[in-house]
Amino acid sequence: MAEFLQFLISGLTVGAVYALVALGFTLVYNASGVVNFAQGEFVMLGGMVTVFASAAGVPLPLAALIAICAAVVIGLLLHRFAIEPARGASAVTLIIITIGASILLRGLAAIVFDKQFHKLPAFTGDTPVDVLGAAVQPQSFWVLGGTAVVVLALYVFLEHTITGKAVLATAANRLAARLVGINTSTIMALAFGGSAAIGAIAGILVTPITLTSYDVGTLLALKGFAAAMLGGMGNPVGAVVGGLLLGLLEAFGAGYISSTYKDAFAFVVILIVLFAAPQGLFGRRVVERV
Amino acid sequence: MKSKTALKSLLVAGVMAFGVSQGALAQGTVKIGSVLSVTGPSSFLGEPEDKTLRLYVDKINAAGGVAGKKIELVIYDDGGDANKARTFATRLIEDDEVIAMVGGTTTGSTMAMIPVFEEAKVPFISLAGAIEVIDPLRKFVFKTPHTDKMACEKIFEDLKKRNLTKIGMISGTDGFGASMRAQCVKVAPNYGMEILIDENYGPRDSDMTAQLTKIKNTAGVQAVVNPGFGQGPAIVTRNYAQLGMTGIPFYQSHGVASKSFIDLAGAAAEGVRLPAAALLVGDKLPESDPQKKVVTEYKQAYEGATKQPVSTFGGHAYDGLFILVEAMKRANSTDPQKIRDEIEKTKGFVGTGGIVNMSATDHLGLDLSAFRMLEIKGGDWNLVAAGS
Repeated sequence: MAEFLQFLISGLTVGAVYALVALGFTLVYNASGVVNFAQGEFVMLGGMVTVFASAAGVPLPLAALIAICAAVVIGLLLHRFAIEPARGASAVTLIIITIGASILLRGLAAIVFDKQFHKLPAFTGDTPVDVLGAAVQPQSFWVLGGTAVVVLALYVFLEHTITGKAVLATAANRLAARLVGINTSTIMALAFGGSAAIGAIAGILVTPITLTSYDVGTLLALKGFAAAMLGGMGNPVGAVVGGLLLGLLEAFGAGYISSTYKDAFAFVVILIVLFAAPQGLFGRRVVERV
Repeated sequence: MKSKTALKSLLVAGVMAFGVSQGALAQGTVKIGSVLSVTGPSSFLGEPEDKTLRLYVDKINAAGGVAGKKIELVIYDDGGDANKARTFATRLIEDDEVIAMVGGTTTGSTMAMIPVFEEAKVPFISLAGAIEVIDPLRKFVFKTPHTDKMACEKIFEDLKKRNLTKIGMISGTDGFGASMRAQCVKVAPNYGMEILIDENYGPRDSDMTAQLTKIKNTAGVQAVVNPGFGQGPAIVTRNYAQLGMTGIPFYQSHGVASKSFIDLAGAAAEGVRLPAAALLVGDKLPESDPQKKVVTEYKQAYEGATKQPVSTFGGHAYDGLFILVEAMKRANSTDPQKIRDEIEKTKGFVGTGGIVNMSATDHLGLDLSAFRMLEIKGGDWNLVAAGS
């Protein structure tokens, strides 16, 4: 039982980060139809900016705020100078642009910061908490709680504010949204800024556990993308469930099957799911708009 | 980005080649070649090697050179690409006509260059880690860094002293971790070690509690060994403390022998043991230690010239260069064949990596005394006294 709980919590913690990355993918995908592969770089920025700001003597909460703002600014710049000018281009072209942006951000981070690994102190100490026999880092609760808050805030925003509904409307049908007076370009900028903020929050929450460096974004983007696909691209609930599920698959795969094949195990399960339900677990069926 | 770096290195190579053809006109010089990964993913290895070679060749020349001849150093940057390394190796032999080579940052580039030097019969002192470089033995190929097999043996030797024979392993699946794991599994029976559980993690994984929980729940595990490199071992060490496993002795490898490991793992690193070169603990060595003088002098010279902390990788280049220089002095000749014979006769050479005693069957010449067993205490390295 203790063993099971240990795997469960470790899986949920890692999964929560995947979920936040997947959520970032979802937000941008909904607003613009673009899969933003620079999403992982926002996670990296969140961690790295916080590390360097707090190393410069800024208190941790303020450093975290600076990191989120920096990520948002970069997200907006990315939208303004890379996505917006290519507005008429096909989705594939836009995806290629985001891959280029991700390489650029990684290179800049290597020059502006450095190529070393960095750590951040845990928010509330390192003494493990005993949960029915499983040793849990207090930071895990921060990650899980932080993810819950972000998901909840996003839900309230999308369902209960006019701007949020405008995002949903743009996601549903961009042309119709524009016809009823929604500035879809602003909405897209908002989505990029929002997804950058979510990514940065994920990076700040998880850095005390996983450490960070200029190139942590690549793998996180890949895992987050897999999670988003598993849950159903474009569905926020799916993104969260997909992320948590991927984390759990990895932890239980490593714990009960084989640590050598844990990634393979997780991806085989994803392939089987997508084979049975090509739209993902919560994916909406594609309706051809005529 | 990539093509730009390539262009840059080409430019640098071109400028260097130009400089070389100028210098070749000068009388009484000998050429020593080097191909290093100064840029690219292995730059953390190649950069200190490059700086060390340049620093010490200047020093040697300022002191009058070797046997009355100035050394001319020809360095090419392969950017971590084995194909490029081979091209540069051919260029060193055919165009630059070097009498010997000290270089080959990675095992990949070294293996690609070996045939060129073997065929040309020019001695090649490699700076790469893997044992494949000198095993099987090749007539013209030598190396200076310790092998991962020796690290395993050093760890097992220490375990045996503590009467711990049942171990668990958790290894990174990157090149370093996988290779060392294989060597450890191979030599374990020689030391009566029994590997009860053998776990792995990906080099980019961020949580290893699942694997460690399995090890923790395996009955009879007396110690855990973690061959790995980069941030992985730091996370393993933190998870190890998180799961309250610190009662079980924990061994890291020489792959994490840098201050950043202690920094990243934090308090969790307390009590962790690892084998490492004397260079890391130069200031802690007793005065009687034969390596004390060499490592403190190298550390001072390197840190003074580059303003960067010393690394064992630069030390390998130092050892390679001086093994070659001393062989050249003994041979009193610039004939590659004679130099090769003298390199093979290197005896009692005190380098940063250990005391080198080469022979016709051993082109590395280090024994286990080259590694020091360290324990992390109070956030710093401490030498483990023999027998404790």
